[in-house]
Amino acid sequence: MLNKKSLSRVFLFLILGIFVFYYITPLYVMIVTSLKTMNEIRDGNLFSFPNAINFDAWKIAWAGRGEGTSDTYLKPYFLNSLKITIPALIISTLLGAINGYALTKWKFKGANLIFLLFLFGTFIPYQAILLPMARTLGFLGISNSPIGLILVHTVYGLGFTTLFFRNYYVSISDEIIKAAKVDGAGFFKIFFTILLPISLPILVVTIIFQFTQIWNDFLFGVTFSFGEHAPLQVALNNMVLTSASVKYYNVDMAAAIMAGLPTLIIYILAGNYFIKGLTAGSVKG
Amino acid sequence: MATLEIKNLEKRFKQTEVLKGINLKINHGDFLVLLGPSGCGKSTLLNTIAGLENSDNGEVLIDSQKVNDMEPSERDIAFVFQSYALYPAMNVEDNIVFGLKQRKISKDKINQSLNKITELLKISELLKRKPAQLSGGQRQRVAMGRALVRDPKIFLFDEPLSNLDAKLRIEMRREIKKLHKNLKTTMVYVTHDQTEAMSLGTKIAIMNNGKIEQFDTPSNIYNKPDTIFVADFVGSPSMNFISGQIKKNNNSFSFLPDNEQENKSIELTNIDAALNNSQKVFFGIRPEHVFLKKEHAVRVTKDHNFIEIEVKPELHEYIGHEQIITFNYCGQEILGKFSSSVKIDIDKKMILFIDFNSVSIFDKDTKRRI
Amino acid sequence: MDWLKKNLPKIVVAPSFAVLLWFVYGFIAWTFYVSLTKSKLLPNYEFWGIHQYIRLWQMPRWHIAVENLFIFTTLFIILCIFIGVILSIFLDQKIRSEGFLKTIYLYPMALSFIVTGTAWKWILNPTMGIEKFVHQLGFESFQFDWLVTPGMSIYTIVIAGVWQSSGFIMAIFLAGLRSIDDEVIKAAKVDGASTLSIYIKIVLPMMRPVFMSAIVILVHLSIKSYDLVIALTAGGPGISSDMPAVFMTKMAFGRSEIGLASASAIMMFATVSAIIVPYLYSELRREQDAK
Repeated sequence: MLNKKSLSRVFLFLILGIFVFYYITPLYVMIVTSLKTMNEIRDGNLFSFPNAINFDAWKIAWAGRGEGTSDTYLKPYFLNSLKITIPALIISTLLGAINGYALTKWKFKGANLIFLLFLFGTFIPYQAILLPMARTLGFLGISNSPIGLILVHTVYGLGFTTLFFRNYYVSISDEIIKAAKVDGAGFFKIFFTILLPISLPILVVTIIFQFTQIWNDFLFGVTFSFGEHAPLQVALNNMVLTSASVKYYNVDMAAAIMAGLPTLIIYILAGNYFIKGLTAGSVKG
Repeated sequence: MATLEIKNLEKRFKQTEVLKGINLKINHGDFLVLLGPSGCGKSTLLNTIAGLENSDNGEVLIDSQKVNDMEPSERDIAFVFQSYALYPAMNVEDNIVFGLKQRKISKDKINQSLNKITELLKISELLKRKPAQLSGGQRQRVAMGRALVRDPKIFLFDEPLSNLDAKLRIEMRREIKKLHKNLKTTMVYVTHDQTEAMSLGTKIAIMNNGKIEQFDTPSNIYNKPDTIFVADFVGSPSMNFISGQIKKNNNSFSFLPDNEQENKSIELTNIDAALNNSQKVFFGIRPEHVFLKKEHAVRVTKDHNFIEIEVKPELHEYIGHEQIITFNYCGQEILGKFSSSVKIDIDKKMILFIDFNSVSIFDKDTKRRI
Repeated sequence: MDWLKKNLPKIVVAPSFAVLLWFVYGFIAWTFYVSLTKSKLLPNYEFWGIHQYIRLWQMPRWHIAVENLFIFTTLFIILCIFIGVILSIFLDQKIRSEGFLKTIYLYPMALSFIVTGTAWKWILNPTMGIEKFVHQLGFESFQFDWLVTPGMSIYTIVIAGVWQSSGFIMAIFLAGLRSIDDEVIKAAKVDGASTLSIYIKIVLPMMRPVFMSAIVILVHLSIKSYDLVIALTAGGPGISSDMPAVFMTKMAFGRSEIGLASASAIMMFATVSAIIVPYLYSELRREQDAK
């Protein structure tokens, strides 16, 4: 019956709409707050619009108030995060790709066990390795440095990247590899000329995943670095936590948005890939 | 062109034996078909010949040279895969010459070979396309091209036609046969389709459960099957098997169907094999060798060596140019294949004539006689 | 030279595998050993038995942390799955704006826990956040100071956590729904079942593996909760919203009790393993059976 159907459609959209509000509200609040002056914040409420769009808070969040002030601002830490994220992401992705390839297309004894160990490794709580890692970094002389964090993120990203590529390559026909072997191509030749060119989907997923993981990391950042070498999320938290007498909420919100912007932009541009990749991994387990 | 010999090949996958002692030998220019149901080991055997799988025991010799330890690319073979296995990111041209490039053959020679093959297979318009843009039949031809351009000693085919529709399959089958006729290269071909096997092969190896049941010419496999499995596998509809016993009377034998009186036994003449009294056997006859009228039987058998049996037709299947009738004979089923023009009354008792020369008798444990 | 060629795959994987063995399994073993020693600021390798674990379980603070973990995990799982299932079912109804809606529901996953914590800290701010908003609407007596109330602060973490992760659970369920064979649904429709009962009686039971995956992921996320807690409540007020992950770090780097911290870390590891190992085992079994 037309009536019943359209009624349930209305109900459907109502519920979906309510949830849109639920998810959007924090973002809205963040944006709106970051564009107000402190007076507007004190006078108004969470949801009220700014009288005029004011980017001052943003400027302060990014580059600080000028000399003489000791508060944190984001710019140097943003660069730190870039310095850490990009190398770690590249190394862990490449290694994951070649590992996934070797483990699936070249059956050798123990390949499955090795994969299992990698898989289990992705689930461990990092608390179980924080202490020994801190000591190791100190021992190697790279604690509180970008190299140290690059090492950490590469090492613990390997499990995920290997998992992604392994699952992807498993579904590629073995016969193509066999044909290449018959044609006389060796291990690396096959990888670079045949497999890599068709790996774009999983490369994108892995890169997005790794970028997000490393960029958004806080635990490793706060444990293995401090001061001027800290990554972005650590700086953000420090900024928000200052027990200074006056809290500049608009600056805090601007800073939070800036810290989240890169991953947010990547998500908006390539979100579908992101989701497909993640859910493919999880639904299969 | 090369000879291929396989000696006592064995292979195990974890705990299961996949190949249990394979022995065969073919000569220059032979077309060997490995025929059998899924899981019989034919693909594994092919992969072992190619070097894509290792064997646990035994030898593979190409041109009398042991190749067990050689890489696939060193064995001078070409392989056509069931899924064609074309390199997805390369165009047709690159696909075909990839192997030649790996062997570091000169650019001129590569172009020469490429042109020859593209002309032969009529794929010149496809050269710059990627595999995803080709139809199934086109991909098949490109896969053939990739194999041909290597000019190998032996061609290996792993069910190359199974992914094509029926009409295309028959067309490509003929192409492969023509290819073999022109190139005269030794070929080994895996299939589960017995029509394909019979029409293509010069020698057929029927495999079952990792063993070769019979290795023979197509004609022998059809007319003189060694085992029940072979007799049943080849031929459509498959051979009729009547269950019964041998009765020995002095020096003459007769066949008595199960649960029947002595008077229904069939006399067996000209037996040159050792039969025992009360031996349990299967009496095998193909539907094509069953006749409705005495004259038909006489025409075919030439000598008047035929048997008469009393049957009752029960089911009638019309297939266009022929019909298949299911008869009831002493409680067991016999299928007969006849031309559609003949009219038969169902449920009315009648006499069937069987060409005795085409009969196979199998001991219930697989052997055959006559 | 030939040996090199033959073993190339193994050689290629070896460095990563070595790294895995050392930095994951080796480190966990070290942490485990230290948890059996008297170590305070520096590791003391003298074996001390399970005294650290006894100490651990006698500490009220640890009890609070574990209790909070239970509360958080339970609510986190229930709410995320509830919201995830509802949203996925609704989105499965062939809506034109599906892509747009999915983007909205899922974007919180792209944000770091610190960003999320910061945003919600502001929203749940007792004097400036929701409380003030509702006051300005006219309800002067409305109170929403969970953030600074010892007993309630843990629930603020639930709110923020669910906001962040429920979209992902929805995505998993949607993928699962889409993978169900259409023909089963059609057969049910022919049998006269209503859409609602089709979902409840046929579809949801078929999604058991997806439920399993979701629960495992959520439990795992929950046990690892550190960033979110730090950003939102810093474990407070006081230690009322403490969680095992926060506890461990405080003990290790704040109180110089690395033996105790290691014990707590191993407790976390053991809990995660107890859930993950059977799960992985059953998943792999399924993969094998499907072959």
